[in-house]
Amino acid sequence: MSAETPNRARHDPHATPDAGHGERVGVYVCHCGHNIANTVAVEEVARWAGEQPNVVVARDYKFMCSSLGQELIEQDIQQLGLNRVVVAACSPHMHEKTFRSACQRAGLNPYLFEMANIREMGSWATDDREAATQKARAQVKGAVDRAVHQQPLEPLYVDINPNTLVVGGGIAGLTAALELANAGYHVYLVERDSSIGGHMAKLDKTFPTLDCAACILTPKMVDVANHPNITLMTWSEVIAVHGYVGNFTVRVRKKARYIKEDLCTGCGTCVEKCPVRIIDQNFEVGLGYRKAVYRNFPQAVPKYPVIDTANCTFFQRGKCRACEIVCPTDAIDFNQKDQIVDLEVGNIILATGYEQFDARRVPQYGYGRLANVFTSMEFERMVNAAGPTAGRVVLRDGVTVPKRIGIIHCVGSRDKNYHEYCSRACCMAALKFAHLVHERVPEAEVFNFYIDIRASGKHYEEFYHRVLSESTHFIRGRVAEVTDAARGPGEEGQLIIQVEDTLIGKQRRIPVDMVILMAGMESRKDARQVAALFGLGCDYDGWFTERHAKLDPVVTMTEGILVAGACQGPKAIPESVAQGSAAAARVAGMIGQRVMKMEPVRASIDAASCSGCRICNTLCPYHAITFHEDRKVSEVITALCQGCGACVAACPSAAISGAHFTRDQVLAQIEGILWDARQPEVLWLEPQ
Amino acid sequence: MAKPTFAMYWAASCGGCEISLLNVGELILDVDAAFDVVFWPCVADFKYQDVEGYPDGSIDLCLFNGAIRNSENEELARLLRRKSKTLVAFGSCAYEGCAPGLANLTTNAATMRTVYTDSLTTDESRTRAPRPVTQVPEGEIHIPVLYETVRPLDQVVPVDYIIPGCPPEARQIAAVLRAVLTGTPLPAPGGTIIGAGHVALCEECPLAKNVKQITRFYRPYEIVPEPGICLLEQGLVCMGPATRSGCGALCPQVGMRCEGCYGPLDGQDQGARMLAAVASVVAAGGSHLDEHVQAQEIAAVMDTLVDPAGTFYRFSLAHSLLRRARVADDPA
Repeated sequence: MSAETPNRARHDPHATPDAGHGERVGVYVCHCGHNIANTVAVEEVARWAGEQPNVVVARDYKFMCSSLGQELIEQDIQQLGLNRVVVAACSPHMHEKTFRSACQRAGLNPYLFEMANIREMGSWATDDREAATQKARAQVKGAVDRAVHQQPLEPLYVDINPNTLVVGGGIAGLTAALELANAGYHVYLVERDSSIGGHMAKLDKTFPTLDCAACILTPKMVDVANHPNITLMTWSEVIAVHGYVGNFTVRVRKKARYIKEDLCTGCGTCVEKCPVRIIDQNFEVGLGYRKAVYRNFPQAVPKYPVIDTANCTFFQRGKCRACEIVCPTDAIDFNQKDQIVDLEVGNIILATGYEQFDARRVPQYGYGRLANVFTSMEFERMVNAAGPTAGRVVLRDGVTVPKRIGIIHCVGSRDKNYHEYCSRACCMAALKFAHLVHERVPEAEVFNFYIDIRASGKHYEEFYHRVLSESTHFIRGRVAEVTDAARGPGEEGQLIIQVEDTLIGKQRRIPVDMVILMAGMESRKDARQVAALFGLGCDYDGWFTERHAKLDPVVTMTEGILVAGACQGPKAIPESVAQGSAAAARVAGMIGQRVMKMEPVRASIDAASCSGCRICNTLCPYHAITFHEDRKVSEVITALCQGCGACVAACPSAAISGAHFTRDQVLAQIEGILWDARQPEVLWLEPQ
Repeated sequence: MAKPTFAMYWAASCGGCEISLLNVGELILDVDAAFDVVFWPCVADFKYQDVEGYPDGSIDLCLFNGAIRNSENEELARLLRRKSKTLVAFGSCAYEGCAPGLANLTTNAATMRTVYTDSLTTDESRTRAPRPVTQVPEGEIHIPVLYETVRPLDQVVPVDYIIPGCPPEARQIAAVLRAVLTGTPLPAPGGTIIGAGHVALCEECPLAKNVKQITRFYRPYEIVPEPGICLLEQGLVCMGPATRSGCGALCPQVGMRCEGCYGPLDGQDQGARMLAAVASVVAAGGSHLDEHVQAQEIAAVMDTLVDPAGTFYRFSLAHSLLRRARVADDPA
């Protein structure tokens, strides 16, 4: 085989563009303690980097992010006249800012800095020292070759609108809204349901202190409704989000309630007189009834009811009007229409919460088939004094008091068939239920079927011991089946829980009257649509992705969009409240700055090169591209552009370029990374 | 004073470029009057030895059409580079490989099999593939060696100017010739594009352009496009947005998608550009869907795009970032 590398033409447009304009690059390879140095031969990478074109100095150092490491860079910039800096270390998410600041302190434009991530993408990804070292070389080479093409950029500044949108009126959203409102900032609180309070409003007692949920929640709900800084929009949904941090325009659909809010006094006469009674699948989770004009519960905030048109006799058949007739203030308005409202806000906190896992998906537990199998939320409503049974613990027939109750943990959670994660709150809720059963039905026997008891929270373990001392039976093992098929006379007419008791190593069949399934939490069915609407990410399970699981849990990768509560992952009340407050604090901090510095990484269109093909027109997720019909060219509105690059990649005429991600920068980086992979040109394969 | 000298050569190409040059009409007489033709195998009998005998740099203007496909093409490219003051890569083959360059998607062995063995109309018992060296009673006959990789002219020798097009439009050739004849200075040489525009073809195209949302692709025979409306919007992969202007958008105006013969815009990869653009306007797989459903929907639309390599790189493959397919992957 013979191969030949042809003479490169003088003007090959694909040749690596000439650098050589006196760029002086400094390369710094970080050990990150042992994190990188254990797998990558950092000294060797630094030595090799020093031999590459344009590199003036290359060093390795224990911790580049330390102040000593940063000073090293600053000194070299000043003493060696570096005009490009490359740090090979961790992810730019961690320390890009750190090193950019170091460059800036030494008088170098921060956008002349480039980072090579040899930790997350190298040392942490393999144990193969040779491979990791070779990859680090490639990454460094790519970064150096890219850096020489980088241009100084100046940041953009935008004003921050001090108003905030909070989406979701559960405990996390309420907390966030109140914190911001109390700090003096205006909040729009948008809730999809007819009233606020979320899941917490359905609960009776809260673990481990056994506070009455309503007693601690309703004051907050009322505060929100009455707060001069809060615009409460229930029965409303966000349908579109435009703009960027500091300047979002949010379109909200206010669904028609068919009640004039300015006239309604909340007297409830319409609800009382409404002749239609239907099962309430929402608030009462199917355990109770509601009317066609209804409020979720008597203390609902706001107090105005809402008409369910799908079940209202007037809307379905054109007659009835009972509510209209009885209303003392003429507040019923059958002609109301949905309203579209545009809000201008600077930040958005998503607190959209969770859904309960549908226990029907575990058929062997019989929910929906065996009458006396209940879900945990059904039981919450049952023990709630304001609930459908007025707090009495009874079987599905509504009268029989159960003597033996089985509580099955981890339904849908910690299960490879459903969700691998732990839903966090159910163990404690199950303990609470055991306690409440003892309180309401002192003679009843309670069995908890658990895998592990997860009682890691303040005063949680103590509560566990209290329930243990109340003579609840704890059986360790995942329940195999709940059945009504009796095997003997002792099991007749009862539900049998079949379980392997792993502590005694035996199969057991426990007959009970009532089974409670501790159904776990899962992300809302429309979580992905919501994520797409607000432009943030979802993980595999549909939970919203935070910027950093430990260090930045309420901020997302999209500037100005924050998350709080169970929409980010399973959480109990205390964590949801903490996140609500944290998100509010972050927003308040941002508003306090008044003006925000924005990355100058923006796309722009060269009008002379734009042929007006309009490929880019539908692509921009931020609606930053407009088309000038008169001149037949498209234009990027710089203030709206977020620098995502979608249009840059799409422009077939290369008329759009992205600052800091120009074609020559990206190609130079690719060629640099592939420095050892270039294959000789094949002119012929076999001897001829 | 002796007249300036002119040469034209035909390497791996179809001959359309020569015809296009003659399409300049009566201007060709002025060319003949102004220049001494010293080498133009297509129209007059010259021998390679004649050219070898000329002093270096003695040909004032050499139009070289055709890609470098074999050793003869390369030999002449080097020879004419040496003898010419101004060497022009004339037409798409010389500029970017054009249709001959599509051979870079496969190997010579496979190409030969298709041409001399597998073709339906070939009687296998009578076929003999050409060989570089053949023994005949009189001795050995050598024919040029076919290269595995087709190269544009500028990958073999430096070129001064490029006139793109398959073939270059007569009107554009005429404009260049007129400039040369009247002594109007050309732009600085060095792979410089002349006889074409500097923006995308859509600039010249009169069809109405709206925002694009493509739900399926069509080959030209599958639909009669709505007149007056951008063909890309209608699902025809019109290469116009990624193609250099200069032809006057002749094809789109008569309902035929631009195939991209004027090549990429400055410094771009035509196929990659167009592929990225098309991928950006496929209306399928909304972000609210699960990833596998998204992938299925997108794949269903993309499956209607037949022959992507031939669609996006019909002219520019040999001059693209990729240049050729990996030969090691050839099953033969």
